[in-house]
Amino acid sequence: MTALLKVEGLRVEIARRGRAMTAIDDVSFEIAGGEILGVVGESGAGKSVTGTAVLGLLEPPARQAAGRILFDGRRIDTLDEDAMRALRGKEIAAVFQDPLTSLDPLMTIGDQLTETIRTHLDLTQPEAVERAARLLAEVGIPAPRERLASYPHEMSGGMRQRVVLALAFSCEPRLIIADEPTTALDVSIQAQILDLLRAMCRERGTAVMLVTHDMGVIAEVADRVAVMYAGRLVEVGPTARLLAEAAHPYTRGLMASIPDMHRRDVELAQIPGSMPRPDAPVPGCAFHPRCPHALVRCASERPPTFAVGASEVACWLADPVARSAA
Amino acid sequence: MSFVLGRFGQTVLVLLVAAFVSFALFRYVGDPVNNMVGQSASLADREAMRAALGLDDAFILQFARFVGHALTGDFGMSYRFGQPVATLIAERFPATLELALISMLIATGLGVPLGVWTALHRDHWAAQALMAASLIGVALPTFLIGIALILFFSVWLGWLPSFGRGQVVEIGGWTTGLLTTSGLRALVLPAVTLGVFQLALILRLARAEMLEVMRADFIRFARARGLKPRAIQYRHALRNTLVPVVTMIGLQFGNVFAFSIIVETVFQWPGLGLLVIQAIQFADVPLLAAYLVLIALCFAVINLAVDLAYLAIDPRVRSGGGVRRTA
Repeated sequence: MTALLKVEGLRVEIARRGRAMTAIDDVSFEIAGGEILGVVGESGAGKSVTGTAVLGLLEPPARQAAGRILFDGRRIDTLDEDAMRALRGKEIAAVFQDPLTSLDPLMTIGDQLTETIRTHLDLTQPEAVERAARLLAEVGIPAPRERLASYPHEMSGGMRQRVVLALAFSCEPRLIIADEPTTALDVSIQAQILDLLRAMCRERGTAVMLVTHDMGVIAEVADRVAVMYAGRLVEVGPTARLLAEAAHPYTRGLMASIPDMHRRDVELAQIPGSMPRPDAPVPGCAFHPRCPHALVRCASERPPTFAVGASEVACWLADPVARSAA
Repeated sequence: MSFVLGRFGQTVLVLLVAAFVSFALFRYVGDPVNNMVGQSASLADREAMRAALGLDDAFILQFARFVGHALTGDFGMSYRFGQPVATLIAERFPATLELALISMLIATGLGVPLGVWTALHRDHWAAQALMAASLIGVALPTFLIGIALILFFSVWLGWLPSFGRGQVVEIGGWTTGLLTTSGLRALVLPAVTLGVFQLALILRLARAEMLEVMRADFIRFARARGLKPRAIQYRHALRNTLVPVVTMIGLQFGNVFAFSIIVETVFQWPGLGLLVIQAIQFADVPLLAAYLVLIALCFAVINLAVDLAYLAIDPRVRSGGGVRRTA
């Protein structure tokens, strides 16, 4: 299976007071057509920055310092702004965190839909309106034709996120970057939006890069998971495998910190310490100061990526040489 | 519709309060009878005068009479000019209104586009030069700008007249200087002088608001939707920028109107400001009271206009003020 999205050695730097801080450090991953890749990590781990880089929306002081981003075999990180803009919304769409602020408050949702549609597709205004109404119906908005004339403030948060989904799907993209799409919503609404997102993607074969810090969301919808820590990718693998037997100590800590409803008596596990900030990078493995299994070399040598079963793990403990010696 | 009615009610209330203040202020600042009769008038004469003016009546009755007369346009006689105040003001009003209108037109017409441009091209040298210039525009006192312009364009270059209103044409009781060449030429310097500060203010606000809006989530999402930069900047960002800018333009228009006094003095512009300066010097109470009420009326009308402009721009106001949700 050829990858729809291929990110190779991505490095993003943020200039601050003349110094370049590394926000994303040598991150590589792939998303296959129709696949849902969950990207997890603490806030500040670089999840959103990665998504922003793929969309080509990095803005100064942030910039891509190294690496390549390929979409459908074509390099897109070097495209000029016009070519990238034509791709955005058409082939690669986005869903952002806060539906309350994602929509222009002064424009009807119908106008926002048709302007997106007509930017990318060669349709007449009546055809675009038709398509917009159909999209609203698909995302489960009742009386879609009447709703076209509504303004964002006339809708609830959940309804607005449905509109945002309709906007994302409006030109049948092949990849959606969903950045914390349910974080700002009520818990009862979160599941509805997730189900809708998954159903629409499965139906159309749309791939998703689902950025979230919520392991529950990942467990529910992701095919594979990429775990980020301090701007680096520490583990990538199939969701079931990661949930059952994570290879990286950080991933294991993350899994252990998911509250278990059936075990009230147990105290919630947490990882002691905190993630290093980009302005104070840690030599070797970024996780070693907090790692309960850290080896001597972890403090000086950065671990490469090792294959463990179907997963890829950036940890010296996964080194086959070390494992065979042990 | 209830929004409009509500705002209209508020306007009436504001006007009543303003009328009350100006009435109270001037009725009780000194004794009008003293001003009207000579030093040699007997006590009996004074009492007769007092009774004739209705100054013995209850306060509230006097106020009601003041408002009643004001509603019919009767503000009494000017002490200094011996003419009805209403006539004096009607004569001068067009000059000030034209001056204020044209200067705000210049300020808005240049300030909003330049503000938006400087926001979109923040690093361009011209944008930075404009920002520096606008700071000077905000800081310089109006009279200094006026004198400098007179020195430059009237005294040195001799291009434009330095005082007066030029030739005016009367149309249905309204005297306008906008239809004659000399009238237009006379308008340039005072209008620019009055407009410089407003221009700088509007430019800076429009720039700040535009920058703020360009950072908003919905602009980022619009970019993620692949919209063209032009559509993002003008269809989305500019409209959202306009709401606060319109408010400010409205408020500033009231200020321009009320504080054209300085410019009118510098340029001997025969408007209300000049009239009021003379009225103040001679403690011409009825004229001042009427002027105060008129300025309040202007502010109230402008605010009403701004509120109506909101209705046109912002759908959130149309649906009854706050955020309404239909889940």
